[in-house]
Amino acid sequence: MVTSTTPKLDRRPKRSADREPRRIGFGQRLGRWDVKVSPYLYISPFFILFAIVGLFPLLYTAYVSMHKWHLIGGQGEFVGLENFAYVLQQPFFWKALRNTFSIFLLSSVPQVFIAITIAAVLDANLRAKTFWRMGVLLPFVVAPVAVSLIFGKLFADDSGMINAILGGVGIEPIRWHADVLASHVAISSMVNFRWIGYNTLIFLAAMQAVPRELYEAAILDGAGRLRQFFSVTVPLLRPTIIFVVVTSTIGGLQIFDEPRLFDQTGQGGGDRQWMTVTMYLYEVGWGSQKSFGRAAAIAWILFVIILIIGLINFSITRRIASDSAPKSGRKQKR
Amino acid sequence: MSAPSIPVIQQTAGRGAARAAANRRGVSKGAGSDRRPGWVTYAVLTLVILISAYPLYFAFLLATSDAVTIAQNPIPSLIPDSNLFANFERVLSSDIKFWKSLGNSVIVSSVTAISVVIFSTLAGYSFAKLRFKGRGPLLVFVVATTAVPTQLGIVPLFIVMSKLGWTGNLIAVIVPGMVTAFGVFWMTQYLEGALPYELIEAARVDGASMIRTFWHIALPAARPAAAMLGLFTFVGAWTNFFWPFIVLGSANPTLPVAVQLLQGNYFNDMSLVMAGVTLSVIPLVIVFVFAGRQLVAGIMQGAVKG
Repeated sequence: MVTSTTPKLDRRPKRSADREPRRIGFGQRLGRWDVKVSPYLYISPFFILFAIVGLFPLLYTAYVSMHKWHLIGGQGEFVGLENFAYVLQQPFFWKALRNTFSIFLLSSVPQVFIAITIAAVLDANLRAKTFWRMGVLLPFVVAPVAVSLIFGKLFADDSGMINAILGGVGIEPIRWHADVLASHVAISSMVNFRWIGYNTLIFLAAMQAVPRELYEAAILDGAGRLRQFFSVTVPLLRPTIIFVVVTSTIGGLQIFDEPRLFDQTGQGGGDRQWMTVTMYLYEVGWGSQKSFGRAAAIAWILFVIILIIGLINFSITRRIASDSAPKSGRKQKR
Repeated sequence: MSAPSIPVIQQTAGRGAARAAANRRGVSKGAGSDRRPGWVTYAVLTLVILISAYPLYFAFLLATSDAVTIAQNPIPSLIPDSNLFANFERVLSSDIKFWKSLGNSVIVSSVTAISVVIFSTLAGYSFAKLRFKGRGPLLVFVVATTAVPTQLGIVPLFIVMSKLGWTGNLIAVIVPGMVTAFGVFWMTQYLEGALPYELIEAARVDGASMIRTFWHIALPAARPAAAMLGLFTFVGAWTNFFWPFIVLGSANPTLPVAVQLLQGNYFNDMSLVMAGVTLSVIPLVIVFVFAGRQLVAGIMQGAVKG
């Protein structure tokens, strides 16, 4: 370690003495550096990847939407808001918007009601609990593509099972693939099929979190089972209902798989009676026009719509949350 | 297992429900609900399950049949016919590249699930248990991004993928799915409750580096939540259609992209289409049989649509 020359001999203890703490100092510094930097290191993969594949594309959509941009030809000249003006003048866009909202309402509203009902039935001291819970969840693992192909056949206009059953009880066959509302009902039923069980379990979890003393108090007050459900369970479920509605808004307004595969052409029907906004986006960007500029404009418009509805949801939530407390208080006083 | 459900209930059901759940934990189950329900309850549930299973059985019945029989009988007989394997063979020998798409789906879903679990656990551990500047705002940012419809960035994403020459390549589907804000949030919530500070401090006192502490202390503690997250990510990636459909196309498809081709190519032969649907549904149904219990528990602890 140290050379054996005499003048250095007397220095030796001194040197090792100040070398020793220096080594500890380095180790400490390394440790401190480890403690300081590691937290950032661990969260950085998420933030870096999310910035690249999530945030950047979303923001860059605004840039693309202000240019002529062809699927193969690439970026063209700057056109300002021309793409937005074009999209907003298309009757197909407004039709797609109407269809999207109609399908969304037809799928989310019944979904919440049915899921709460099934959850209320499941919220009992059942035998083989897990079996029943798994049973309602089964449709969740069926891909939307498979659901759409199956339901497309169930709802076939001429040789479909649903029309055959309706015919059996004397109802005229419904033109599921021709009528506007009928096609929306059929498509919504696919969404409902896949998500009711999932939301049932969310509601069930919330119901089981309701303190049992509240039910006991209600029973003492003479409330029947139905009254208990509407006066105790449902009010306490409100935050969960809002949560389910908000998450289904974000997904529901982007719906693509089910309507796209409702028939074999994927156009949304002869009169585009079930074409959704995302389907229109796809058609403009990758279909006949191959215009990425216009497709980006549609994406941006839809993004703003989802944002606005999110904010409306949020404000309604807050109002309900602040309203509910005094209202129930007033009721109790009477 | 039970520890994280309070914060998760708070996330899904709001603060009131979380408080209620916390209260209830201390109290034994109430007397009213311990009563066994009557047969009506079971009858209703049986009906619900029959409705949720029937469409799958319907696909199976048609897959055992043939085009002529299906055209003549809109309501299939409940007893399966005998053409199942013949129809399976026709799917496998058709031009939809079934085996290739199955392999692709396995690769995409597994890699996505593993990657989401690793990155989410790493970030979740950091958010839940480590102290650093900017932790609060960054976590708020993560929570806010769970509500961002990133699917709407497809146009630039497609432009980037074509510039990189990745269109038609599985990597174009895998990379955008490698992290999710929800995953980070989920692991943060879980580790906050499930990993005591004492364990981390003990490891640090023993001289373990930060990454060793993560590997030997945090990772084992995170296992139950990580398994659920992996399962949900796997199912989500497996059933995903929109983006793989756009960026992969029919040359190198995942399973949903391949199966939907059947409808366009053979729409006059429903037995073939439904045989393809049945084949495509089988893998996840098998996963469901073995892991459905975890899926149920995961949702009830506050999973969000993926």
